[in-house]
Amino acid sequence: MSTLVILEQIYGGWHRMSWEALAAAQQMDGPVWAAVAGGANVNTLAADLAGKRLDRAWAVSHQLLTAYTADGYIAALAELIRREQPDLVLLPHTYQVRDFAPKLAARLGRTLVSDVVRIRRDDQGLVFTRQLFQGKLNADYRAVGPGPHFASIQAGACRADQVQAGTAAVEAFTPELDASMIRAAPQDPFREAQRAVDLTAAELIVSVGRGIKEQENIALVQDLAEALGAELAASRPICDAGWLPMERQVGSSGQTVSPKVYFAVGISGAIQHLVGMKGSKCVVAINKDPNAPIFEIADYGVAADLFEFVPELTEQIRKLRG
Amino acid sequence: MKILAAIKQVPARDSQLRVNDSGTWIEEPDTSEINEPDAYALEEALQLREKAGGEVVALCAGPESASQTIREALAKGADRAIHIEDDDLGRFDSLGIARILAAAAATEQPDLILTGLQSDDLGFGQTGVILAELLGMAHATIIMKVEPRGTGIRVKRELEDGWFQNTDLPLPAVLTIQSGINKLRYATLMGIKKAKLKEVRKLTASGLGVAVEPSVRLERVFMPQRTKQTRMIEGSVRDQAAALVEALRHEVRVL
Repeated sequence: MSTLVILEQIYGGWHRMSWEALAAAQQMDGPVWAAVAGGANVNTLAADLAGKRLDRAWAVSHQLLTAYTADGYIAALAELIRREQPDLVLLPHTYQVRDFAPKLAARLGRTLVSDVVRIRRDDQGLVFTRQLFQGKLNADYRAVGPGPHFASIQAGACRADQVQAGTAAVEAFTPELDASMIRAAPQDPFREAQRAVDLTAAELIVSVGRGIKEQENIALVQDLAEALGAELAASRPICDAGWLPMERQVGSSGQTVSPKVYFAVGISGAIQHLVGMKGSKCVVAINKDPNAPIFEIADYGVAADLFEFVPELTEQIRKLRG
Repeated sequence: MKILAAIKQVPARDSQLRVNDSGTWIEEPDTSEINEPDAYALEEALQLREKAGGEVVALCAGPESASQTIREALAKGADRAIHIEDDDLGRFDSLGIARILAAAAATEQPDLILTGLQSDDLGFGQTGVILAELLGMAHATIIMKVEPRGTGIRVKRELEDGWFQNTDLPLPAVLTIQSGINKLRYATLMGIKKAKLKEVRKLTASGLGVAVEPSVRLERVFMPQRTKQTRMIEGSVRDQAAALVEALRHEVRVL
């Protein structure tokens, strides 16, 4: 069984999740192939692949791939996949992959299994494990019919440091692209105003989620943060609602933090949040629902009503600190 | 501008989920609601209509009970709705579901299709993108702003780590909308009354000529296993707080 992994370049370098996807591909039996798409610069970047354990590697290069567009990437990669006929195509589950991979799979008459945490093979073929209901349940999906099968790998599901070294000859692949195929006109990426709050340097973070229910209840976690001398942070829905500023958001679209202690208050633990905080040295989870996914990555768990527990905790910390 | 808002009904966010006896799906939840990102997509469609004129059609595939979510969409201001009624959509994979939606959408010839970036139940995050492929439309994902611009639109895409990108697209197009793009409205009493008179066109997967031919099949649903040793602190609220303070002082040493 051959596995093609599609690696991602971002701002001229490698997306860190590319190596996690490569590690996943190297765990499969059979030949491992890799491809990376881009403009002229991709040839330089692809030289890095020469030192990896790969049976084949392609630098998919075209001037029309210099700026990412779904139309360009899909046409180029569909051409490579049709020519080489891999049995399995793996991709890192990045924002860019979410933008083009479902369409790429559909163009080849297949369905992408997205955000996969585990792949195994039994006598009937491939089984992909992924999460349902924002991580509350897991599910096994079985690949049916002929390949290529498509799956994108969740952030952190495999370890980049497990990529095996080796040698690979990197081939050039020039897709047949025409400017008329590309419908989107993307401009340069930008960041909104410079962040005033740098959560990445905080030793202690108290982070609040949907369980807080009302804006006026934010004061409860604010008090806890003050008592601890911690920075206040939040999951996405709290910032979407405008209860705390966007710059205090932790998660895939916010900041990535790794404090000594991360207090997750009323946060269920959807993967979009977990990717931003799972590097914390210690996680304390406070949630009413004992089955909330946040407890799976917590060091200390308190299954309690936060409206009773948080004021009590704040009070006891204040007493201790006099 | 004619806008389709593709919406889905999912178990309510705080539902207690129970895996069914055969381990193939969950027990029927007590309450259901509109998939949250789809609520933002519907709101964006309504706001675009208010700015540029036109019509908003809600498109939903789901069981009979999804008519509750469809009524709510109509009460919020959708002009009419299409309900592809089916009690067992689980036999289709994402491509199959998108084929059903595409067949229904093709009868409307919309300028724009908006849908949430992902569903809170399956979370594949791909129905909108596949829909664009099947309809031959351009698309953009994880959208935080939509502006009509000449004969097309300008959208603001959310990228990773706080980056954004503006992109111009021709119409017709499909956009997957990020939660938080706008402020959701509530249905008014008048809206709820009017909704009862609005048209809901009922279709079926077989009527639309979509066959069941999945390339992936959901085989088993199960509770995740804890991978990390979590110390669950039990007792009264006072005892729990005391035990946590103790742990923070002597084990983690931050107090």
